Amino acid sequence: MNALMATARRDVLLALRRRTDVLTAIFFFVIVVSLFPLGIGPEPALLKKIAPGVLWVAALLATLLGLPRLFQADYLDGTLEQMALSPSPLALLIAGKILAHWLLCGLPLVLLAPVLGLQFGLDAASLGMLSLSLLLGTPLLSLIGATGAALTLGVRGGGVLLAVLVLPLYIPTLIFGAGAVAAQSAGLGVEGHLSLLAALLALAVFFAPWATTAALRIALE
Amino acid sequence: MLTAAHLACSRGERRLFADISFSLAAGEWLHVQGENGAGKTSLLRLLVGLSPADAGEIRWRGALVGGMKTTPEAADFRRELLYLGHHAAVKDELDALENLRFSAAIDGLPFDQVKALAALQRLGLRGRESLPVRVLSAGQKRRVLLARLLTRSAAVWVLDEAFNALDSGAVQLLGALLNEHLAAGGLAVLTSHQPLPLPGGRVLAL
Repeated sequence: MNALMATARRDVLLALRRRTDVLTAIFFFVIVVSLFPLGIGPEPALLKKIAPGVLWVAALLATLLGLPRLFQADYLDGTLEQMALSPSPLALLIAGKILAHWLLCGLPLVLLAPVLGLQFGLDAASLGMLSLSLLLGTPLLSLIGATGAALTLGVRGGGVLLAVLVLPLYIPTLIFGAGAVAAQSAGLGVEGHLSLLAALLALAVFFAPWATTAALRIALE
Repeated sequence: MLTAAHLACSRGERRLFADISFSLAAGEWLHVQGENGAGKTSLLRLLVGLSPADAGEIRWRGALVGGMKTTPEAADFRRELLYLGHHAAVKDELDALENLRFSAAIDGLPFDQVKALAALQRLGLRGRESLPVRVLSAGQKRRVLLARLLTRSAAVWVLDEAFNALDSGAVQLLGALLNEHLAAGGLAVLTSHQPLPLPGGRVLAL
């Protein structure tokens, strides 16, 4: 567990020393979401209907923005080799990196989403549900994304390949995440959506660090 | 203590080397020599377990290691192994001391600040320990990396072109560090194109 926290702390510190990467993703999220009400105009019913989808798709794309750099710096400067040679299990170190990615890239989206949701005229219950669904969903995006980032590490044009690889895998998260918010604003039950999201998250927490580690070992060879 | 038997490695279609065998006891060191592209780095990466060998086996204290194994023996080997490769493996945004701290944390070892400061002083980085590594020169970055030789206790040093980018003073210093390490019963495997200021040692020509 110490190894996990060590890499998480290191990555957060590194990101704070070089803020542009993190701020770019957050700014992208804010701008993309804000463009929709401006483009569509004052039609409260329509805005309310598209809000869950817009916010969730924007969160997906914002997560994708930083993914190619998740392992790249460590790969290029040899830190990843040192991690692979550490007595601590590599999967734990990698889990720490994924945790840091979520703290820097996922958590800000969870906190910002309710504020941005106000532009779409969502009621308080729906805003709460939006935060809750993102709280369950963004770690999932980080976990799946990390596996994709590891698979495309060191590949030329890896950024595009990463998007092609990861976006289809994000579809279930998107459907259940946006679905939960839509169900809430339509006054329907949300337990089904949330439990499926939680189940996906539990699966990913277990398998994604392991799969990411296996992919990184291949990249290191 | 460290034995390699009949190691072979190829890159794509090309056979880099085959049937490489050697054995190192406490206090011995091996100088891997060869032209550019002869496979020196490949041999070192294979030895530390970063890539699998096509054939052959590597043993540490009699137990089979290498090839990215996750056995307890392989973890023991990694605990006693320090590999410094071509790459700087230091973070530009962090200062020298933070780099050493996180290296220790990744290795799962406690960090001794007094020891780390002493190491940086010995490597001539005193007064620069709180500067971001980004502003240091290439040679100084290399020295930050070399400080790990002093802060992390390891029985096996595997150094790939460790003498690159170092001035003559630093070359002497690294020679002295290696001497101390070998005198204390350590092992070392090195690649270098220049003659090393070290007595003894065996040569492996690829």
